Amino acid sequence: MGFPVITAVANVLAHAPGLVRYGSKPVRDLRRDPGLIDALSAQLRSYDDAVAYGPNQVYIGNLEPEALRAVPRPWFGALDRRATSDGAFGDLISEAELLGVLRLCDRASLMQLEEGVLETARERLARRKLVPAVEFDGQKPAPADAIRSVIKSGEALPLWLDGRVAGSLARAHEEDEALTANVLLENLAAKATGVLALRRLLAQEAGRLGPDDVEFVIAGSEEAVGDRYQRGGGNLAKAIAESAGLTRASGFDVKGFCASTLYAVFNAAALVQSGVFSRVVVVAGGSLAKLGMKYRAHVAKHMPILEDVLAGLAILIERGNGSGPVVRLDTLGLHGIACGSSQQKAVEALVMGPLGRAGYRLTEVDRYATEMHNPEVTEPAGSGDVPRGNYRLIAALGAMRGEISRDGIAEFIASHGMPGYAPTQGHIASAVCYVAHALRAMRAGKMKRVLFMAKGSLFLGRMTELSDGVSFLVEA
Amino acid sequence: MDLEGQGRIKQVVEQAGAENVIAVLGANSPTAVEMTAMTLKSGDPSYAGPLAGVALGIPSFHILEPEITAQVDPSLYERELALPLMAMDVTEVTAPLKTIREMTV
Amino acid sequence: MELKGKRVLAIGERDGVSGAAIEACVRSAGAEVMYVETQCFV
Repeated sequence: MGFPVITAVANVLAHAPGLVRYGSKPVRDLRRDPGLIDALSAQLRSYDDAVAYGPNQVYIGNLEPEALRAVPRPWFGALDRRATSDGAFGDLISEAELLGVLRLCDRASLMQLEEGVLETARERLARRKLVPAVEFDGQKPAPADAIRSVIKSGEALPLWLDGRVAGSLARAHEEDEALTANVLLENLAAKATGVLALRRLLAQEAGRLGPDDVEFVIAGSEEAVGDRYQRGGGNLAKAIAESAGLTRASGFDVKGFCASTLYAVFNAAALVQSGVFSRVVVVAGGSLAKLGMKYRAHVAKHMPILEDVLAGLAILIERGNGSGPVVRLDTLGLHGIACGSSQQKAVEALVMGPLGRAGYRLTEVDRYATEMHNPEVTEPAGSGDVPRGNYRLIAALGAMRGEISRDGIAEFIASHGMPGYAPTQGHIASAVCYVAHALRAMRAGKMKRVLFMAKGSLFLGRMTELSDGVSFLVEA
Repeated sequence: MDLEGQGRIKQVVEQAGAENVIAVLGANSPTAVEMTAMTLKSGDPSYAGPLAGVALGIPSFHILEPEITAQVDPSLYERELALPLMAMDVTEVTAPLKTIREMTV
Repeated sequence: MELKGKRVLAIGERDGVSGAAIEACVRSAGAEVMYVETQCFV
């Protein structure tokens, strides 16, 4: 039938220890007790440690998720000093580089940054071939004292680098709650990491495609860009495309809580399949709000604060030409309203539905990409092993339907499931973080099909008590 | 348990009284179950929330404990509980609860 | 422990049993539900 093809993926990380204090949980705790910053800061880890950390190496493509089974826990105690920040399909950039990208993305001139940091960012990003040095030419460093005074006036937030203030981000409006410095920082962080991912993707495809070969960009992240009259106005996609150097494209955002990015992939595939576009990029930026979400548990247990990275990704979807891997739009799993609260109905809709339509048994799918959150982050906080919990649901349903035996549940999970590795950046951990690995494995002939399934906790927005999810097969 | 939830529960119990009140939980990890049960019985152990130092004394059960599932309408049991029962290690997940229920606040 | 007549705080979890599911189940056993929540840990 000629389903649309996934042709390129980039998975990027930006080390952001200085921004952890602005994550939702830390910022609320610090307001009540500013003294907590000392305990928090003491547990922030270095860039080198973040690079050498197994799950981060998996995310950028230097390891497969299954390789983590051979790494002794705690993974933060088994760092690989030979690991590099240049991954097979992504970069793990340092905080100085992130500040540089934030500044490049700052079209409203709200940010001030020290000259030294701009220089470091310019040099390193050019070396990575992500941002040509010339793009920094128009960036004026902060005049003497400008950073200090705008922070002192209360208009701006301090931006920290290596334990000192190196920049500032100002609010855009005195009264508008949607344009406070905190909200703008969150939105800019999503934009910057989305831009990073899109630039990495374009760099990967530079021999074949240029920025103007992309007609449309769909973003699916976790921020809300807007103003007081429309807090979630959106279309961060277009802003990301602009700062990534595209000129022909337009775009829009897709929103569905943590299922946003996978929904964006389905949406992009449908637009290509129907002939509206021949090439669409899906992009996701990171979630500042989720930095340090479980920091209390990490600090209490004298662990490094692992939620110190923003994640981004970009996926290129093109018209089918006979060579996979393809997005099987005929296997879409949707979590209809009538499923209500039933866990069983949800798993049936998201797993059995797609497989049934394609005529596959559970064991005929190589891997299930579900909520792939790093268990090392969640377990100390009492939230369990999220991917494992999801695999147990799938396997249990298979056992109830007689496709696997009760005794076979553990083996099914071991051979069709994977250890979690994604940062707890919600929408990124929800299945899409595995698209890059699946593409690689399928191109190498090592895998035939993967089921991607994402969940969205709609009930958190208080507009419904329902959960949501979406799934589909990707096949070589 | 998150602070907003603690606040709302505290309000509900303050208004309606704690008599005959029990919590029924649905989490799939023993640590989550333990934290919620402790908070509702003896107060927030992290001393961060509205229930810090406030011992409501509310006993917690898990929806999948046999003495609870036995009382649930069979068709609802099938629809809502059959799969979670198969997926979770009920003994492991509910292990903390009996001890906490027997604590004297 | 008899559910009938009890006043229940239904605290569910997204990957376990949801608050709404707990509510329906305990209601079927004759309990009254005072509070419903579904936790999402990630």
